Amino acid sequence: MKKIITMREMTDNQGGLVKRVSASGDMGRRIREMGLVPNAYIQIQGRAPLKDPVAIKIKDFILTLRNNEADHILVEVDVDE
Amino acid sequence: MLKQKITIALSGNPNSGKTTIFNAITGARQHIANYPGVTVEKKYGRIKHRGYDIEVVDLPGTYSLTAYSLEEIVARDFLVNERPDLVVDIVDASNLDRNLYLAVQFKELGVPLVIALNMMDVAEARGILVDQETLSTLLGVPVVATVARSNKGIYALLDKVVEVALNGQEWQPANLSYGTDIDQGLDEIEDIIKGADAYDKRYPPRWLALKCMEGDNQIVELMRSDQEISSAVEAICKRTSKHIMDTLEEEPEGIIAEHRYGHIAGITKKSVKRRIESRLNLSDRIDRVLTNRIIGPLIMMAILYAIYEFTFWVSEGPVSWLEVFFGWLKDMVSLFISEGALYSLIVSGIIDGVGGILGFIPLIMFMFFAIAIMEDSGYMARVAYMLDRVLRWFGLHGNSVMALLVSGGIAGGCAVPGVMATRTLKDPKERIATLLVVPFMNCGAKLPVFAVLIAAFFAKKEAGMMFIFTLLSWSFALFAAKMIRSTLLRGPKTPFVMELPPYRFPTLKGLIIHTWERTWQFIKRAGTFILGMSILLWAMMTFPGLSEKQMKVYEEQRGELRDSFLALPEVKGIIKDEKGLEDLDELVHSYAQAMKEDLASAKTLEKNPLFPLVEAIFADPHVQKESEEGNLLEMTVASAYLRYREEQARIDGRQNQAALKGTVAGRIGQILEHVTSAVGFDYRTNIALIGGFAAKEVVVSTLGTAYSLGELDPEKSGSLSEKLKQDPQWNPLVAFTLILFTMLYVPCLATVISIKKESSWRWAGFSVAFNLIVAYLVCLFVYQIGSALGLGG
Repeated sequence: MKKIITMREMTDNQGGLVKRVSASGDMGRRIREMGLVPNAYIQIQGRAPLKDPVAIKIKDFILTLRNNEADHILVEVDVDE
Repeated sequence: MLKQKITIALSGNPNSGKTTIFNAITGARQHIANYPGVTVEKKYGRIKHRGYDIEVVDLPGTYSLTAYSLEEIVARDFLVNERPDLVVDIVDASNLDRNLYLAVQFKELGVPLVIALNMMDVAEARGILVDQETLSTLLGVPVVATVARSNKGIYALLDKVVEVALNGQEWQPANLSYGTDIDQGLDEIEDIIKGADAYDKRYPPRWLALKCMEGDNQIVELMRSDQEISSAVEAICKRTSKHIMDTLEEEPEGIIAEHRYGHIAGITKKSVKRRIESRLNLSDRIDRVLTNRIIGPLIMMAILYAIYEFTFWVSEGPVSWLEVFFGWLKDMVSLFISEGALYSLIVSGIIDGVGGILGFIPLIMFMFFAIAIMEDSGYMARVAYMLDRVLRWFGLHGNSVMALLVSGGIAGGCAVPGVMATRTLKDPKERIATLLVVPFMNCGAKLPVFAVLIAAFFAKKEAGMMFIFTLLSWSFALFAAKMIRSTLLRGPKTPFVMELPPYRFPTLKGLIIHTWERTWQFIKRAGTFILGMSILLWAMMTFPGLSEKQMKVYEEQRGELRDSFLALPEVKGIIKDEKGLEDLDELVHSYAQAMKEDLASAKTLEKNPLFPLVEAIFADPHVQKESEEGNLLEMTVASAYLRYREEQARIDGRQNQAALKGTVAGRIGQILEHVTSAVGFDYRTNIALIGGFAAKEVVVSTLGTAYSLGELDPEKSGSLSEKLKQDPQWNPLVAFTLILFTMLYVPCLATVISIKKESSWRWAGFSVAFNLIVAYLVCLFVYQIGSALGLGG
C-alpha cells in the first residue's frame, strides 16, 4: 500500500518518490536545484548523532537537510500492512 | 590566424573536480584576486596552447545560476559583462543528472559551452557508463572526457577549447519547454522585452523572461529601471503564477526546476547505462562507520586529537630551527652594530617581533595541511553534518566549524585564515557571528603564553590544563555566539541543504596548493602588519628612557657596590682595583663561553693567575672540596664575588624595570592598574598585554623584560617560569586568570584587519570592544570568586 508522509517521518534506509515540495523562497530554490523535485527517488541514508540533520541518497549523491527542511517534502512510500 | 587570445571561464558544481582541472591546466601560473566589490576569490591563470594565449578564469563552484548566493551572482555577472569566448563546464560523470542542471542553465543563457566529462574512472567503477557521443548529440554541446586527477584528457580539452573559440560562435540561448502555461508566459514577456529598444542588451530576452518568471531578485530589480515594461512583465508573471498555483499547487520556480530535471532525465536515459543497480558503494560504506550515530562522534574526536598531536610533533623540529636561525641573526647584528638604540630597534623591535610571528609558520602550516586533508577527502563536510545540530543551537551553522577549527579549535591554528574561512557561510548574520567568535579560539600564538604560565604554576599537569583551556575556548566562543545571535544579530537560520561529497583520496598537489594558499594569507597579513606594529610597540616600550639623573642613581649604586666588594679584606689580596675586577669579569665570561663549547679550550685559560678563582666560582658549592689552605681562600672570595654579581644583577633589573615603567607603555600600564588590579594584574602584566595586541605571543617576551630578564646570562637567571613562580605577586589563580584573559581579550591586529576586510570597520571595532569586555568580565568573576575561596594564597 502506498502512503504519503513527510521526509522527517521516514525511517532509515526507507525509499520513496518525492510527491511535493512545499518550500518557497531561497530554501525552496536550493532544495529544488539539488534535484528534490516531484518524481525524484530518494532513500534515507542516515541521521546525524542528534538525529538531525538527515542524509538522503538522491540520484547519485548524498544530500543533507535539517528536519525542519525535510518537513516541506512529501514522499510516497510503501507501507507494509 | 584571426584570434590569438582566448578567454575561457571554468565552471562546475562544487566537488566536480573543477579545482583539479584548473590546477592541471594552469599549473603554478595562478593568480588570485577578488571579484570587484565582493569577497569572492577570483583565480585566473594563463597558458599557451598550439600558439594561442588562453586565459583561464576559475568561476566559483556553484550548483545553479540563480541569484541564491554571492558566488552564483558573481559567476553570472562575469559571463554577461566579460563575455568570455566560452565556458568549460566541468561535469562529474559519476553524478551526471545533478551536474547537468548547471549545464542546462548555461544553455539557457546561450554562452558557447564545452563540457568536460570528468571522473569517468569513478563513474565506471560505480557501474555508470556514459556514452559520450550520444550525450554530446542530445545536449548539442561538445563533450570531452577527462580524468583530471591523472591529467587525462586535458590536452584534448584544450584542443576543443581552441576549436570552439575559433568558430566565434554567437550566444545561442536554448529554447527549453517548461510546460504550456509557463511557455506562453515566457513568449509574451519575450515579445514585450524585444519590443522595447531600451532593454539591457547584455542579456538574451528569453533568458530575462525566464528569470522574471523564476522571481530572480537581481533581474527583477534590473527590469524595474523601465517602469512601464516591468509592470507589464510582473503582471504576466503574477497571472501565470496564480494559474499554476491553482492548477498544480506549485510555484513557477518549482515547475521550471522540475522541467529542467525532466529534460536532463530524458538525455541521461539515452546516454547512460548502468551495469548494476547501484548498491552501497565504498563511500557509503565508509559513511556507515564515520557518521554512525554513536561511534561517529568518537572517531571525530580521535581524528581531531590526532591532528593536534601530529601538528605539534612534526612542527617541533622546524620551529626550533627557526628559533636557532633568529638567534643567529641577532648574533650577527651584534657583530656589526654596537649596543644602543639602533641595536635595540633591530634586535628587540624587528627580529623579535617579526621572528616571533614567522617562528609559528611551521606549526600553522602543518595545521593547515591536516585541515586540507580533512577538506579534500570529504571528511570536513561530515564534521559539519555531525555538528550542525549543536552549532545551530548556538546560532551558528554546521559550516561554521571550518572557521573555528582553522582558528585553533584544536589549538595551534590562526584566526586570520579562520576569519577568511567564514566566506563559506551564506547568511550574513551567521557569517558575522562566526567571524566575531573565531578570535576566542586558541591560536598558535597564544600557546607559548599558556606554556610559560602552565609550566610555572601547573607543572606536571600540562596536558590536562591544555585540554581544559581548549574546552574553555570552545565554550566561550559558542556561548558568545549564542549571545550575539539572540541580541545584535537576531535572524532566521539558513538551510543546511548540503552535499556530502563522496570520499576521495586527496592528491598531494591539491593538498600543497590548499596549504600554501592559507599559509600565504597568514604570512602576507601578519608579515606586513607585524613589522610596523613591532616597531611601534618597541618604541612604546623603549621611549622615553630613563633621564640622565635617574641613570646616575643606578650608576652610583653600582659604584658603591663595587667599592664595598673591593674593600672586603679577603678580596683585597687577589683583586687589587677596578681594573682587576674587570679582568675577572672578562675571564668569567670567556670561561663560560669555553665551557659551552668544549673543555679543551677552557684549558688555554689556565695560565691566567686568576684561573683558580674562576674555577672556584664555577664549582658547585654543594660539593665539598678537599680543603687546602689556598683553596679555602679562593672559595671565600668566589662566594663573595657571586653575591656581588647577584646584587649587581638586582640593580640592573631595577633599572630595566624602572625604565620600562617610565615608557609610554609603562605609563599606560600603570594607569590601567586601577582597572586591572581587580583581576590580579599589575602594570607589568598590563604592558605585556598591550604588547600582545600586535601578536599574542609578544606577551611572553614582554613579561620577560618587565621582570628584568634578558640582560643577565640567560643560563643563570632562570626561565621566566621560575621567575614568576618566585614572585610574590603571582600565584596559580593569577596565572589562570591571565591565561583566560589572553584567550579572550582583543584579537591581534592582523585579525582585526582581516575582520574589517570581511565585514566593516564597525564590526572590527565592535570585535575589539566586545572581546575586551567579555575577557574582563570573565576574569573579574574568576579572580574575585577565586580570591574569596582563598585560592589566591
